[in-house]
Amino acid sequence: MVSSDFHSVTLDKELCKGCTNCIKRCPTEAIRVREGKAKIIDERCIDCGECIRICPQHAKLAITDDLESIQNYQYPIAIPAPSLYAQFSVNVSINYILAGLQELGFYQVSEVAYGAEFVSRAINDFLQSNATPKPAISAACPAVLRLIQVKFPELINQVIPIKSPMETTAFLVREKMKKEGYPHEQVGIFFISPCAAKVTAVKHSLSSDASGVNGVIGISSIYGDLLHKIKNISNAPSIQKSTEAGMGWAITGGESRLVKKIRRLNVDGIANVNKVLEEVVMGKLKNIDFIEGLACTGGCVGGPLTVVNPFLAKERIYLRMGNKKGELPELPAYPNYRDLMWEKEVKPLGVLRLDEDIVLAMQKMESMEALQYNLPGLDCGSCGAPTCRALAEDIVRGQADEVDCLFKLRSKVTELAETMVELSKKLPPSLAKKE
Amino acid sequence: MLIMSFKISKDDFQSAGEASSKIKKKLLQLGFPGSLIRRITIATYEAEMNLVIHSDGGTISAEIYPGSVCIVVSDVGPGIPDLNKAMQEGYSTASEQVREMGFGAGMGLPNMRNCASEFTIDSVIGKGTTIKMLIS
Repeated sequence: MVSSDFHSVTLDKELCKGCTNCIKRCPTEAIRVREGKAKIIDERCIDCGECIRICPQHAKLAITDDLESIQNYQYPIAIPAPSLYAQFSVNVSINYILAGLQELGFYQVSEVAYGAEFVSRAINDFLQSNATPKPAISAACPAVLRLIQVKFPELINQVIPIKSPMETTAFLVREKMKKEGYPHEQVGIFFISPCAAKVTAVKHSLSSDASGVNGVIGISSIYGDLLHKIKNISNAPSIQKSTEAGMGWAITGGESRLVKKIRRLNVDGIANVNKVLEEVVMGKLKNIDFIEGLACTGGCVGGPLTVVNPFLAKERIYLRMGNKKGELPELPAYPNYRDLMWEKEVKPLGVLRLDEDIVLAMQKMESMEALQYNLPGLDCGSCGAPTCRALAEDIVRGQADEVDCLFKLRSKVTELAETMVELSKKLPPSLAKKE
Repeated sequence: MLIMSFKISKDDFQSAGEASSKIKKKLLQLGFPGSLIRRITIATYEAEMNLVIHSDGGTISAEIYPGSVCIVVSDVGPGIPDLNKAMQEGYSTASEQVREMGFGAGMGLPNMRNCASEFTIDSVIGKGTTIKMLIS
């Protein structure tokens, strides 16, 4: 059993130099530098991967499963993210990519791009049959979902409670294997992932008691092997079931183009998503029907576990999609949107609150403001917190000290030195000369 | 009680939203429930926009109590000639220019009233307008 504190994004202590790049970049202020090393505050981390991208020492990494782990199952099934297709030139047909995966040791391969088409249909059906407050917010990006849990509790009831394409694909695979008589526990489903947050979403599922996925393997960790396998395939079987509709989910806008609503926003980059969600809370965007928010630039093709740069990847997805208008293909009636709903409610985390007791929280807030007023306001990061405000917060939480601030320390030392000089001039009356 | 106050300038569209965003952050840290945060944020944002669009400048202050917030919005003019009309949904005196930008739909004051548990508005032509909202 994996504890709820599990996070894919972790630190390689050997490599970390204790610089302040990551603490500044983290959207939930989840990192501090302590004893010369970065330390991730688990409850706050949303696994967006920003720190992985910014770290000049490559000390931040995402824990994923390795290819060997598929041997724990008699029937390992690969479910590749649509963004995998963007890692190869468009001359490599999708069937070759899928056959290459099979060659890596998987019993079968089933596309998440195909599962995504069911999700798109489910989103439309859900929005048609349920009156949700506007704008409805996509739940597809696990980092954005966590961001909402941490920073936007008031928006949780606007999130569309439909399983992600990954979970939907796992659901489809499980149903099919069950029908064909495969023993449930010997079927292992492995997501081939561009995304670190998906690892956490699988180990500690927010929307169900247990994820339908058994393991998550990063695209970057199998890319070299896969490339070699694909080169040696002379005739790939026809495995592809997805159309351009599902493939589009790899990039920003790919999901929203299939939502049958007039006013849709698509936003990428976690800082941008944060800003737009703030506007939602203010009621600025009440005329928008649907918001697709993705933590990575370019969408999932910009995930930290991809190989190709997100802009080229995006272009490749466009090429593979062709010049289509964005229509969903005919799909089997089952599973419908009710079958794909979340199995449990996603709740706000409340990790930012200063105290369980609101009166105490207010007292802490007051001392925090007083402390912040006396800090230099340079946000230099030398204390290990991202901003002076964050240091003030850490102090009232009992996790830091005022003299952790170098400027405060310096002025205290100066004061002390002056006092010492003063004292050194003093003589006991028995020795003092009359002036 | 905690007090936060903000100066809002006429026509400063770029800064509109800052006050409500800052108040929201505080309320989240204090552990206010989501539904309450939402009403307070919307009411404050609408107040900010009203000051930017209609007033000659003013202030917003938020008094935060455990479980409730009192928001006082006051400006230095020009005052509202017909308060009853101003409180009607869809009634707006915003200029064509402002409406073209997507503002001035005549929902500001009604929205504020809908978000508030207690709402009072006083206006004197040539002097200014004061709105008090208790949201709990």
